[in-house]
Amino acid sequence: MMKQFWIFVKKEWLHILRDRRTLLILFGMPIAQILIFGFALSNEVKNSKIAVLDHANDDVSRKLIERIEASKYFEITKILYNDSDIDPAFKQGAIRLALVLPASMSEDLHHQNDLRVQLISDASDPNVGTTLVNYMSSIINDYQNELIALNKLPFTIKPEVRMIYNPQLKAAYNFVPGVMAMVLLLICSLMTSIAIVREKEMGTMEVLLVSPLKPALVVISKTIPYLVLSFINICSILLLSYFVLNVPVKGNLFLLLAEGILFIITSLSLGMFVSSIAATQTAAMFGTLVGLFMPTLMFSGFMFPVDNMPIPLQWLSNVIPSKWFFNIVKAIMIKGLGFSAIWKETLILFGMTCMLFIISIRKFDKRLSL
Amino acid sequence: MPENYLIEVNNLTKRFGAFTAVDSISFNVRQGEIFGFLGANGAGKTTAIKMLSGLLTPSSGDAKVIGFDVKTHAEKIKKNIGYMSQRFSLYEDLTVFENMRFYGGIYGLRSIEINTKAEEILNVLNLLNERNILVKSLPLGWKQKLAFSISILHNPPLVFLDEPTGGVDPITRREFWELIMEAANRGTTLFVTTHYMDEAEYCNRVSIMVDGKIEALGTPLELRQQMGVTNMEAVFLSLARKSSRSEL
Amino acid sequence: MRTVLFIIQKEFSQFFREKTNIRMLLVMPVIQLILLPLAANYEVRNIQICIVDHDHSGYVRELTHKIAASPYFKLNSYLDSYKDGLERMEHDEVDIVLEIPPDFEKTLIRENEAALSASVNAVNGQRASLGAQYLLAILRDFNREIRLKWVQFPKFNPVPIIQIDHSFWYNPMMNYKHFMVPGILVILLTMVGANMSALNLVREKELGTIEQINVSPIKKYHFIIGKLIPFWIMGQVVLTLGLLIARLIYGIVPLGSIFSIYLFSSAYLLCILGLGLLISTFANTQQQAMLISFFVMMVFILLSGLYTSIDSMPQWAQWVTKINPIAYFVQVMRLVIMKGSGIKDILPHLASILLMAGIIIPWAIWHYRKRS
Repeated sequence: MMKQFWIFVKKEWLHILRDRRTLLILFGMPIAQILIFGFALSNEVKNSKIAVLDHANDDVSRKLIERIEASKYFEITKILYNDSDIDPAFKQGAIRLALVLPASMSEDLHHQNDLRVQLISDASDPNVGTTLVNYMSSIINDYQNELIALNKLPFTIKPEVRMIYNPQLKAAYNFVPGVMAMVLLLICSLMTSIAIVREKEMGTMEVLLVSPLKPALVVISKTIPYLVLSFINICSILLLSYFVLNVPVKGNLFLLLAEGILFIITSLSLGMFVSSIAATQTAAMFGTLVGLFMPTLMFSGFMFPVDNMPIPLQWLSNVIPSKWFFNIVKAIMIKGLGFSAIWKETLILFGMTCMLFIISIRKFDKRLSL
Repeated sequence: MPENYLIEVNNLTKRFGAFTAVDSISFNVRQGEIFGFLGANGAGKTTAIKMLSGLLTPSSGDAKVIGFDVKTHAEKIKKNIGYMSQRFSLYEDLTVFENMRFYGGIYGLRSIEINTKAEEILNVLNLLNERNILVKSLPLGWKQKLAFSISILHNPPLVFLDEPTGGVDPITRREFWELIMEAANRGTTLFVTTHYMDEAEYCNRVSIMVDGKIEALGTPLELRQQMGVTNMEAVFLSLARKSSRSEL
Repeated sequence: MRTVLFIIQKEFSQFFREKTNIRMLLVMPVIQLILLPLAANYEVRNIQICIVDHDHSGYVRELTHKIAASPYFKLNSYLDSYKDGLERMEHDEVDIVLEIPPDFEKTLIRENEAALSASVNAVNGQRASLGAQYLLAILRDFNREIRLKWVQFPKFNPVPIIQIDHSFWYNPMMNYKHFMVPGILVILLTMVGANMSALNLVREKELGTIEQINVSPIKKYHFIIGKLIPFWIMGQVVLTLGLLIARLIYGIVPLGSIFSIYLFSSAYLLCILGLGLLISTFANTQQQAMLISFFVMMVFILLSGLYTSIDSMPQWAQWVTKINPIAYFVQVMRLVIMKGSGIKDILPHLASILLMAGIIIPWAIWHYRKRS
């Protein structure tokens, strides 16, 4: 029995290894994602293009502009001369913020002791709009404090902000666990469900099912190679994030790998479940993409903040396995916590896996007796 | 008067890597004849027919189809031939008429021509009531007859048929060959591959391919006499024994 | 050119025969356009804050009230130990722990300066940085109030003060959905278009009908163009549907002219459908085509500036966005819909897209082989 089982596994291996292009994508996808998230995407708002409308063009304005240019947050790409130039500059998408300095700048500052400058921010992206105004305000405030150097303001509260877990605000800290959840789910469920349904479509499934091996085992044999592939992917993601992105595994590596295997099995069961329902490859593809991939992307919490969703959607997010896995990886990898912090999530995943596995195996067994 | 050849093949060869699928074959096909291209599965028939119809580029050798070189003027050849292959070529999710309209259209027929042609074919095939049903719901034999009729919709002087009767019962095969004969009577030249030896008897001349080479060429009568046997089956078997490729 | 019409006719018949296609084309984008903006809400609200108070003074009470009254914060807990606060952060219950040292009020009054510390859960960097900014703003405000209580500022400033007036243009209500919906519409249009066109040609390969096409005298560019046009039309239908939903459900009315959106989408669809067809000339099976198109689209979407601003990408990634059609359309949609940009403003974008389409479509035609 076991020997026959391994023969089936071997056959499935050959199928996968033959299709080089698919294999390349399966391994390339997580690597590309990790690199993009690690190097290209950042939550920090920096190098924002801004315009200055300098009516004063004097010492004071030049000093302020120098300070702005020195900051990593801003890049002055446009010098404007008219108030009416502001709107067109925004409309071409050339700038995100405009700073308007009044003509009487040095007079206002040194004689009236009261200078007003104007910031116009493109709020089409409200978050970036707010952030830019805050950054610019603090640059201007610093400038002001320098001017009054010795005249320190009384009763100053000095807040100290510490960014815990991710001091540099790297996007990678959030995305590495997310990519892991997404890639595993995609490879395991999409690829297995298509592989199984393809055999159904081509009629080769019947040939396999009349073999002495139990139908359940036939189906399981098809999933084993994907388990191996996915495990390799976990390792490559972890290696890349450690060596290339400098995102280390803070907690126990073996615990993380064990949880990874649990989630792989969950995803494989999901794939089996889809294939026990779907009749054609297109249906399986459609089913996994719409039924699994979209919800995963939406509700696992790594792309979209679950807290902001309406309550019914937040409830819905609880049935998405990757949400739990995402939390587990975040806890072990980024926060460095132990099993005691994640036993609940682990138990939920385990329960989901058992349920899916039993349901789909039953379905396959029943089909044979019909 | 020199004979009018529609297909002239000289040492035509196709290699896929180390494997030589078609090994230096040479033959001619006359205007108006039914030329049978026989051989076991894997003998290289489909590869040869694909080279002649411009789907595959030959590795070496020359062939002229309707006076055009297959290497340089494939698109000119395509204008003047019909083609029907063992892999099913009608759109299953289109209706009978939609298939005719589409294929007629891409061969440049006008809508009026397509309509009259379509009525004619539906009449001959007794499919008038099935005009608007999906091809996928037709029985296999009907699909094949329809596919053949569509392949000659634009009145090509030459038609390639690659295993046109695969998988259907003897009666349907017979009916199919009647369609072929009719086309031949109208002056169409037909190039037919098959591995049913009884069908060879319908052909004016046949060639038998074994392991990528043409081992015999002539009228069915000539071949039987050469081998000293009474039917084509026997001719074929005695040739095919030499094969290293097929599992006969 | 008449052949092209026959191909278009055939594509439409095939498309409408399959109920799933219609569902995919019409129902899917509608549902997603309704669901996704609910999810893709990066508005940072309801930041869970935990105050660890070692001081128990009147100031701290005032500050606590001020924070709790802000729409950005939710007072999660009020504790005595920092360790307990951190533990809550470990379980993601708390985003910020604000620790107030003992004798905070006394120090502030006596020494004119007092420190307090905020620990921010920064696994999600964006949420963290905005949360910190909002907290700092509240603290600044609070600080000013205290000062006003103690110091009587003269009418005339004793020291130079720079006041900053700021105004938020184009989205004064700071509605995040107005920002996301146009972007999401682009993504949906792209996914539907690229996937449909990528799968279409490969399907003919898998079914074998492509051979019958290849053996016909049809011109390669006729065939590709005939495949392109039906999807182009369907793409415009999806776009129209999306704009309608944006208007009816989210109340988003384009400030600029609808005409410039359609002008741009006309060029954009050529580009993206051409890309799909190009992918399908490389693939042998539908599974492969889907994986390749999924992969390409994923890279393009991530680098499109939909989620994170293009300005903050490193130089090389900004160069990549120059050849990313999605980035252009996302930008153009936001420009036209939110800022009312006109055709003249988007002309450079349009030129880039047309250039890309002008490369991709001939490439697809060239790479599609009638003969092997």
